[in-house]
Amino acid sequence: MDSETFWGILKAQGLTFFSGVPDSTFGDAYNYMVNDPEIRYVPAVREDVALGVASAAFFTGGLGGVIMQNSGIGNIVNPLTSFSLMYKVPVLLIIGWRGFGGPPNDAPEHWIMGVKTPEILELLGIPCEIMEPETLESGLDRLLGKIQQESIPGALLVRAGMIG
Amino acid sequence: MIGRITAIQAIVRRVEADDLVLSTTGMISREVFVTNDRPSNFYMLGSMGLLSSFGLGLALRSPEKRVYVLEGDGSALMSLGALPLIASERPKNLIHIILDNESYESTGAQPSISSKVDLAEIGRGCGYARVVKVEDAEGLEGALQDTGDSPGPHLILVKVDIAPVKDIPRVTHAPTEIRDRFKAMVQPES
Repeated sequence: MDSETFWGILKAQGLTFFSGVPDSTFGDAYNYMVNDPEIRYVPAVREDVALGVASAAFFTGGLGGVIMQNSGIGNIVNPLTSFSLMYKVPVLLIIGWRGFGGPPNDAPEHWIMGVKTPEILELLGIPCEIMEPETLESGLDRLLGKIQQESIPGALLVRAGMIG
Repeated sequence: MIGRITAIQAIVRRVEADDLVLSTTGMISREVFVTNDRPSNFYMLGSMGLLSSFGLGLALRSPEKRVYVLEGDGSALMSLGALPLIASERPKNLIHIILDNESYESTGAQPSISSKVDLAEIGRGCGYARVVKVEDAEGLEGALQDTGDSPGPHLILVKVDIAPVKDIPRVTHAPTEIRDRFKAMVQPES
């Protein structure tokens, strides 16, 4: 899926406030977002900082998004549990799924988190959708429905080669 | 030096009705709660280190509101990377106050490294619009007064004593109650 289509689908859902840390999974889509005048992007220094920034959107009547690599999930476990889930502050996590399928895919540092990513999110009670380009709109609808209904974070997992 | 709750009382006296006040986990939120509980306060009950990032997001999303971020030295040190991010985003409406008692007082006053590290110098290096380090009540009053005269982001480092308030209660509001009443103040029309 090309970057313009990907961001067009997200913007159509009212998502225009993002913070995050880059991941190569997003390739051109990251650069597209940074240069899109309709999107306000705050380049965070860590994933927990991105979560703090993006969560503010809920308080002004919107929904914020965090762009990140799955290796950063460890950095957001505390804010997810004692902020997002405890106060019920929703946010959309767009997570680059490095190490999908486990070894020998991707670099060694992604092997363990690559396998554990869905399990960790499930353990925390964070609903997930695995992005499929043909069904992104319906998948995102389903995910945003859960996010809004339960007022909690939800994650869109993006594998290499899906966008850009 | 002054006691932290004395500093908090001075800050709260300066806060106007529409201002948002965010306080970090531990004793600082408890002291804000007992000093002046109001719907425009957000008590961050956990998530040590997250407050300044949340404050940055709110300041960017609500440019017409003044946003006070009250955290300790331990909290600021935990998310030190948030300081250059705040400085680089330059929210004019953000007043970041670090109440520095050089310790983790909420967990038993274990020493922090802020006795050896000048957080005001770090703020200057990051590029905050204005950085002031104060050590007494007059200095704090002056620094707070000055925030009204120039655009932020402001960083005020307040050196405070280790002075626990005896039998201070926990914040009694449920987390979702804190969220709902705060949200209503951030966005009154919704």
